[in-house]
Amino acid sequence: MHRKLANMNNHAKSPSKPVSLHQHAEDNLRFIRATMESATAFTGVSGLGYCIAGLSALLASWLASKQPDPSGWLAIWMMELILAGGIAFGMSTYKGIKQGRSFLSPSGRKLLFAFIPGMIVGGLITLSFLLAGHIALLPGIWLSIYGAAVMTAGAWSVRIVPIMGALFLVLGAITLLTPVSGDLMLALGMGGLHILFGILIWRHHGG
Amino acid sequence: MAASSQSTKSSTAHPSPTLKKASSKGEAATDLDKLIHERTRLALVSALATHPQLTFNDLKSLLAISDGNLSAHARKLEDAGYVDCAKSFDGRVPRTDYRLTNKGRLALDKYIKHMEALIAAMKNN
Repeated sequence: MHRKLANMNNHAKSPSKPVSLHQHAEDNLRFIRATMESATAFTGVSGLGYCIAGLSALLASWLASKQPDPSGWLAIWMMELILAGGIAFGMSTYKGIKQGRSFLSPSGRKLLFAFIPGMIVGGLITLSFLLAGHIALLPGIWLSIYGAAVMTAGAWSVRIVPIMGALFLVLGAITLLTPVSGDLMLALGMGGLHILFGILIWRHHGG
Repeated sequence: MAASSQSTKSSTAHPSPTLKKASSKGEAATDLDKLIHERTRLALVSALATHPQLTFNDLKSLLAISDGNLSAHARKLEDAGYVDCAKSFDGRVPRTDYRLTNKGRLALDKYIKHMEALIAAMKNN
């Protein structure tokens, strides 16, 4: 969106093309709309929350890798899902309070509504794979679906969020298509990517 | 610790500057607000219109401009009474919040209406 704003600026300042008054007026209105759309992109995602959730995921992946049976492995990750989700939501709410905004602002709600369907599908697939005994495929499925949900929700947020989603998709594809360890990839994704992007969000967008 | 100082300038001390522009058909002249006609200030006012307040860093990141540029343009808007600026400390870190005033909101509305009127006038002719 910043690039878009810059392009509009260049167009308006271009000396080579004389612009008629009404074209200039239309350009100004487009510029105002683009700026408003850009300003309403949701920046309330907590970078610190992502960092803490990432650390808890690293711990979870280590604990899960030590489990002798699949049910223990799955229980660890389900607890991690609840814990990390609670941390991310709680810290984002706290960030919103500090900034004088609500996490459930219109743009925040759009982000949540874009994110939740993907997660519900992830839950359904997890359940069906669990019943069918295909637990080994779950890490790749989780990373892919989470990546898709973050990319979709990221359309309502700053650019760094969909980029993170895309990287989760890449990790998901690698996990599904190559014989790498699912726990290692979950540690890299849920742990590493969350910590890395949490720091970036923290630095560039506060909290 | 929160040391806060609100600096709101009197709007009457700085009447909003206007630029007289006539349509190509020589119709009634339009008062175009020169202050927010400038792109950076137009972006600032447009961004602030969508939030109760935005921090200096929010605006800098959003508009992708330098500290000095943002300060200079925000100061002009503040002098005209279009934005309020509140300085405080977030822990030990200085924090500056900007808020669009009613006068600023009205100026943006008026500017948008002028643009729409210009487009309508040109299409009708």
